[in-house]
Amino acid sequence: MIYLELFWTFFTIGAFTFGGGYAMLPLIQIEVVNKGWLANEAVVNFIAVSESTPGPFAINMATYVGSEMGGVLGAACATLGVVMPSFIIILIVAKCYDRFKKSKLVKGAMSGLKPAVIGMIGTAVLSIGKTVFVQPGLLFSAVLFGVMAVLAFRKVHPIIIICISAAAGILAGILGI
Amino acid sequence: MKKASLLWQVFLTFFKIGAFTFGGGYAMVPLIQREASEKHGWVSDEDILDIVAIAESTPGPIAINSATFVGYRACGIPGSVCATLGVVLPSFLIILTISGILREFQENVYVQYAFRGIRCGVLALILKAMWGMYKKCKKNIPAYIVMVAAFVLVAFVKVPVFWVIAGCAVFGIVTFYAMEKEGKK
Repeated sequence: MIYLELFWTFFTIGAFTFGGGYAMLPLIQIEVVNKGWLANEAVVNFIAVSESTPGPFAINMATYVGSEMGGVLGAACATLGVVMPSFIIILIVAKCYDRFKKSKLVKGAMSGLKPAVIGMIGTAVLSIGKTVFVQPGLLFSAVLFGVMAVLAFRKVHPIIIICISAAAGILAGILGI
Repeated sequence: MKKASLLWQVFLTFFKIGAFTFGGGYAMVPLIQREASEKHGWVSDEDILDIVAIAESTPGPIAINSATFVGYRACGIPGSVCATLGVVLPSFLIILTISGILREFQENVYVQYAFRGIRCGVLALILKAMWGMYKKCKKNIPAYIVMVAAFVLVAFVKVPVFWVIAGCAVFGIVTFYAMEKEGKK
């Protein structure tokens, strides 16, 4: 039952992502790529699509994987799944908000989770690096990555970075490098 | 009747926020502040700071966390449903439309060229995001241990992510209490 599987997979992804956005990547890679729903490269391609369309990465990703696997209904199941854990937890927190804010348990857990997320994004960087730095065209990829990294750290807008990299990619393809 | 119009307004506000934020999450915070706090007064500016802190320390996407919270403040559980639905719907509709187009063009050689370049840019963007998180993270020895351990365990030992997350949370709690005890001495 693909619909139930989509819902459940994205439910667990939603329940175990702290910090939003790219913190979700390692989970997506493990759950979605290992299930064979999307290739690693397709995930990276979709990150670019998600950056260039409005809305949160998590929702975009869930809708995309859902629709690839099960059409409109699949997209609805996956999106509902990724939304549900946050929704329920925030409703609970909103009720006992002050206790949550002062909770040492929460503070302690966060002091472990924040660096863990950084380490895990490191693993996502590693596996994405494997789709970027490949022959042929290794030199081109390395140079383009270097230039884009400089732009990214200079706070150039992501959409501009994606447009420049796309143009460079097309040019390189035509020139055959 | 009044409640229905408030709910509609909550839905519309978050629909707008969802439709106009690129990059999700944090990019949404200034918009929420302008719309939910300054314009409608559903929450205070101070609440916005709290919302960000809470969103960071609860699982799930920040956009959903903030929408649910503000919606709840504005109009209880129906409010949170409307806000969440509103913030999700634009992405949902846009991606549904795009995914068909993507499938169509994926085989196109120029699109493949473009995506080869784009992957380089995306890698740079993720590194930048990772650096931003690193800068904001408290840096002490336990934090570095967790960072390295999480990286090695997931990348090389292939421990399931869920276990790593649970383990790091427990490790954080233990060291937090230990350090607090140390501080009191």
